[in-house]
Amino acid sequence: MSKQQNTLMGWIDDRLPVTQTYEKHMSKYYAPRNFNFWYFFGVLSMLMLANQILTGIWLTMNYVPSTDAAFASVEYIMRDVEWGWLLRYMHSTGATFFFIAVYLHMMRAILYGSYQKPRELIWIFGMLIYLALMAEAFMGYVLPWGQMSYWGAQVIISLFGAIPVIGEGLVEWIRGDFLISGATLNRFFALHVIAVPLVLVMLVVLHLLALHEVGSNNPDGVDIKKLKDENGKPLDGIPFHPYYTVHDMVGIVVFLMVFCTVMFFFPEGNGFMLEYANFEPANGLKTPAHIAPVWYFGAFYAILRAVPDKLLGVIAMGAAIAILFVLPWLDRSPVRSWRYKGWFSKIFIVIFAIDFVLLTWLGTQPATTTLTMVAQVASVIYFAFFIFMPFYTRMEKTKPVPERVTGGH
Amino acid sequence: MSQDGVNKGRRTLLVGATAAVGAVGAGFVAVPFVKSWNPSERAKAAGAPAKVDIGKIEPGAMLTAEWRGKPVYIARRTQEMLDTLPGLADRLKDPENTVKSQQPAYADNITRSREPALIVVLGVCTHLGCAPKYHPEIKPEPFDENWQGGWFCPCHGSRFDLSGRVFKGSPAAINLEIPPYMFESDNVIIIGVDEEKA
Repeated sequence: MSKQQNTLMGWIDDRLPVTQTYEKHMSKYYAPRNFNFWYFFGVLSMLMLANQILTGIWLTMNYVPSTDAAFASVEYIMRDVEWGWLLRYMHSTGATFFFIAVYLHMMRAILYGSYQKPRELIWIFGMLIYLALMAEAFMGYVLPWGQMSYWGAQVIISLFGAIPVIGEGLVEWIRGDFLISGATLNRFFALHVIAVPLVLVMLVVLHLLALHEVGSNNPDGVDIKKLKDENGKPLDGIPFHPYYTVHDMVGIVVFLMVFCTVMFFFPEGNGFMLEYANFEPANGLKTPAHIAPVWYFGAFYAILRAVPDKLLGVIAMGAAIAILFVLPWLDRSPVRSWRYKGWFSKIFIVIFAIDFVLLTWLGTQPATTTLTMVAQVASVIYFAFFIFMPFYTRMEKTKPVPERVTGGH
Repeated sequence: MSQDGVNKGRRTLLVGATAAVGAVGAGFVAVPFVKSWNPSERAKAAGAPAKVDIGKIEPGAMLTAEWRGKPVYIARRTQEMLDTLPGLADRLKDPENTVKSQQPAYADNITRSREPALIVVLGVCTHLGCAPKYHPEIKPEPFDENWQGGWFCPCHGSRFDLSGRVFKGSPAAINLEIPPYMFESDNVIIIGVDEEKA
């Protein structure tokens, strides 16, 4: 603390704990020294959040949220606004890379048991971020007011109609009209640019505060706070700054290289990021021949379609997301990391990862009889991973966890 | 202020009462925020009836009209098409139109229409609201090998017959809706009103 120092920083610190906060979260935040590749995706998610907010603010400067002008204003941004095409592609490509980073970040937590005690709240805040992100992405996709915007909104909002008794009224309330209209577009714009981003940023702050309270997990799942040196510094910990700030910069540069390659050379992502039907203005009288969500919703959409009943399909889709929230209580393993879990966990985690990718792909494909059957099997596997987790994690034989972390710098 | 002799019970009661009054106030303040999401007066007033010239619809063909921003399909069925309807009962979820909200009383028949040949049906899938596509020919389709003509929804594969009745195995649960309509003359119909309401 520099309270007694007669400096500008000392003056500020007496009034606002800047140095104290900096030390708590950066220079004296001890992170395990064995972070690997998987540990880049938290900071990369934050980078994408910053990118979305910055480019988003700039896009609102030219975008017009009305049914008459929305589509044309996006074309205007793409063709007439100086560098407008780049800002928009940064935003649309950013959405995809945000989800890539978040999915890998979540996978990391599953691999190394980062959701286990005492990090349950970190996981829950993370899941809330994921939920807000899905709402944000969905509403953002409606704004260009193309065919896929319109019919995507029609289908997703109609999902709420499956709820008994209040469903129909709820759908009308969300749309603000008897059909998807300018009222819907305008409120989605408000939620997309103000309400949800505010919530997202607040949740990210909570996610980090909770993380820095209990400390970061690591690939070994070892608690580094157990063994400390004479100064009370964890033996296996290194200060976040400068070690991981510099380390993360390498990850950021590589990530941005991939990001730029996609943005400059494949901005439409072969129809997975910007769907071709969305280059046609919204037409409430004609549904495109093939309706598919953008890739990052594919898995849940595939589960929805796999169930041949409207209400049960919606319930299955909701349950697929809801079950992730209770993951910390489903895993009964005495060890965190899959490195020391038994074969059941290891095999199931690999199958789950493949299964999720498969579901994601299925969700973007037309529902033929064969693919629907594949989606049904994949949905069962998805739920089996969670439902059987309390049993296989408790029964299987785990390996002894070392005292100190392995590998690292 | 001294903490001695604090009446904890009274303090709890006062805190509780203040919180309760505050919660009620917050509830009242929430009303305008929640209610402002309802369809506006303008949206409610926009439901004007639509007049459609049906004179040019060839037998077997379909026309899409717009009513309240939604597609309304008007198809003139041939005798051959109408003949398929009675034989489909086993394959339909609701062949007898038991869900009364899906059609006015005058369309509560096997052709689900005022005039047997002419069907007026809302082009909004009862599953998740997509616009089903018209596949009038009797021929094997990728979605149904024994297709007898009707509508197929591209979004999630719901199938409807030429009366808009939903086939078993579709994610949609109920038949397509028949809107209120009336004939102004032989060649003009008005969608959105009928004699009962006019």
